[in-house]
Amino acid sequence: MIAIVDYGAGNLTSVKKALDRLGQTAVITADAEQVARAEKVIVPGVGHFAATRTLCSTGLKDAIDAAIGRGAPFLGICLGMQWMFDSSSEAPDVRGLGVFHGESVHFPADVKSPHVGWNQLQLSADSRLLRDMPAECFVYFTHSYRIPVVEQTVATCEYGGIFSAVVERDHLFGVQFHPEKSGPVGIKLLENFCGLSC
Amino acid sequence: MLTKRIIACLDVDGGRVVKGVQFLNLRDAGDPAELAAAHSHAGADEIVLLDISATAEKRKTLLDTVRRTARELFIPFTVGGGIRTLDDASAVFDAGADKVSINSAALAEPGLITNIAERFGSQAVIVAIDAKRCNGAGGYEAFARGGRTPTGRDAVAWAREAESRGAGEILLTSMDRDGTGNGFDCTLTRAISDGVRIPVIASGGAGSATHFVEVFQEGHADAALAASILHYGLTELGDLKQELAAAGISVRWPC
Repeated sequence: MIAIVDYGAGNLTSVKKALDRLGQTAVITADAEQVARAEKVIVPGVGHFAATRTLCSTGLKDAIDAAIGRGAPFLGICLGMQWMFDSSSEAPDVRGLGVFHGESVHFPADVKSPHVGWNQLQLSADSRLLRDMPAECFVYFTHSYRIPVVEQTVATCEYGGIFSAVVERDHLFGVQFHPEKSGPVGIKLLENFCGLSC
Repeated sequence: MLTKRIIACLDVDGGRVVKGVQFLNLRDAGDPAELAAAHSHAGADEIVLLDISATAEKRKTLLDTVRRTARELFIPFTVGGGIRTLDDASAVFDAGADKVSINSAALAEPGLITNIAERFGSQAVIVAIDAKRCNGAGGYEAFARGGRTPTGRDAVAWAREAESRGAGEILLTSMDRDGTGNGFDCTLTRAISDGVRIPVIASGGAGSATHFVEVFQEGHADAALAASILHYGLTELGDLKQELAAAGISVRWPC
């Protein structure tokens, strides 16, 4: 079972719909015990970084730590990816999960923000999540904050400078774009994630 | 590079797409779910569904239509028309929309923009502006109620206010050009696009691929709405995107 973590930050049904299409058993849940037991965990989300505060206050963060600790593949989408890092300048007093290191920062003032639309990925390292994906595929972004390029970056994107589009380390994955809204390319990425074993 | 988006628009009345449609191989050319999927496969970057139902009776079917359309759609999906309250917006999101487009209700109560943005994020709120060139003096006026009611508000100033209140995108329709096929109003589009820091979707007047090239290059649009140009089979989406690419405009093609 795949747990789609519900912390009140939208966009959950479209992720569930995409997993349904792939024939996966997925549940949208705010139940910490269910998350802790899940085979795989997805934290989607759009909106303000402060919304991730709920993950701490409801015990979901501890449940996610437990799931990750026993090797369950974990995918953070958009805000969920940013939450995997230490912090965000959008809400400096809110701590992230901290499995990757760095801070998400606002786009520079010389480009329109949010960054909305289809942009190209540049694959930069071997990746289990991006296996068999075209080298320069288009995916759908909508965000105002971004993660700089870090050691675990496996795909980048260019908009007002280069930033991390996909990060990956062992069984931990983060994507800044929305695979559930990125047509066949996004479905392929989710299929790759679903195919990983615990 | 961020690509320019082509957004396919479906006008829906009582759960049926109402503009003429000439897609082949569709069992039911008036079914929004089927048409949205066909546009998506043909290369549309997003789908907008505008509910133009005039009666409350017909509007009841909207959520069901949204739910059916969203089910098999894996690209961004916007719903507009008749959304007056946060509850209206919530219901549309629950049914599977990614964004809502609000127009008259935002003009009447601008705080609605902020209310929806705070709950669902700015990326989920499109403010639609119907603008008409002012007689005599330069400038454009925003109209409410499907272009029937003048508001006395300058369109650029209203776009800026919408941005400051939390809108994530502006959907700009030129009332002067809408339905003419004579091309987008690039002057209007550029005034709005250069006046705000959020993406602007141009609408109204498309009659050829050249018009799309113009609105991206001269109008500084970030996206363009394709409605009747697709419904009447004048341009296939793939052909349109190839012409844009040939003109040096970055588009998602092949998808």
